Amino acid sequence: MGISIEELDSQQIDVLKEIGNIGAGNAATALAKMIDRKIDMNVPKVEILEFKEVAELLGGPEVPVCGIYFRVDGDISGSIMFLLTLKSSTTLTNMIMPTSGDMEIPDEIGQSALQEIGNILSGSYISSLSALTGLSIKISVPSLAIDMAGAILSVPIIQFGQVGDHVLLIETEFNEGNNEVKGFFFLIPDVDSFEILLKSLGVLQ
Amino acid sequence: MTGEIIKVGMADLNVIKHPGTLTTLGLGSCVGITLYDPVTKVSGLAHIMLPSSKAIRNNSNTAKFADTGIVQLLEDVIKIGASKSRLVSKIAGGAQMFSFSNKNDIMKIGERNVAATKEILDGLRIPIIAEDTGGNFGRTIELYSDTGILLIKTIGHGTKQI
Repeated sequence: MGISIEELDSQQIDVLKEIGNIGAGNAATALAKMIDRKIDMNVPKVEILEFKEVAELLGGPEVPVCGIYFRVDGDISGSIMFLLTLKSSTTLTNMIMPTSGDMEIPDEIGQSALQEIGNILSGSYISSLSALTGLSIKISVPSLAIDMAGAILSVPIIQFGQVGDHVLLIETEFNEGNNEVKGFFFLIPDVDSFEILLKSLGVLQ
Repeated sequence: MTGEIIKVGMADLNVIKHPGTLTTLGLGSCVGITLYDPVTKVSGLAHIMLPSSKAIRNNSNTAKFADTGIVQLLEDVIKIGASKSRLVSKIAGGAQMFSFSNKNDIMKIGERNVAATKEILDGLRIPIIAEDTGGNFGRTIELYSDTGILLIKTIGHGTKQI
């Protein structure tokens, strides 16, 4: 059986934090290139949280959020979720498509733009993970949903729930001028893949 | 009729005597299971995440799984005055929030949660008198101990009572 988040020691957590830093840094660079503007990024926070604490980060389980979800396959399998507050998702859509006006909820075109952003961000995140670990990792096409935070989060939480009672997430904040975009990356290796990932990073015997 | 409103978190359960309301917010692939005794108005609500505790090593939280969660909920409502023979159940949730073309077991977790819930309630001979399950959207549910009515709220898919 795999390793649960609870069993990680501080060295393993530090390594995962560092992956988060590098991955999110590359993702921010990719975003800056895409919109051809300077993007500032805060040092990402890596947190291990109890299930009930996760939805609170976004303002509670009923708050509408935008989730972009990918399956990961290759030497390790699992999934990635890129989660944005609804406000951040419209801010991001407006950065890419300045003509789209101030929408409350991204329309169909806005949503496909967001999927593409998610694709590029997750792709750069995964390629840095792949470079660091030497593992071959591929991601699927994205699937997007805008709904209650609790409902969207139930997807990664259930996957973490198969091995423990905590989730590992990387919180990143991107800023373009006064436009703040707050995003969360969840990297969710499948049960057996966590071990492979930690071994490839040299922090598990 | 109001009384207290008690929130049930993810992988959690709670029971109340009349009056009062039990609620759980933002159900996605998880399933909300209510038990209600129409005579004593004792009510219970569980928010389960996974179908079975048997395949999982770390299974100390009984409310996380359909099998152990429903049994625990049943014990708890009986403890505060419900009669098992009168209990009825309503269930909601079990959505598939994201869709992919390739069929994948993990993606169908909502469906599997609903199937496991029905099987366990059936095994306990507790009738499911109403359900609102499946789809690709989240639900907030409220169980009113006064009437046994279950209110279901969504974003963009309306509100209904079952």
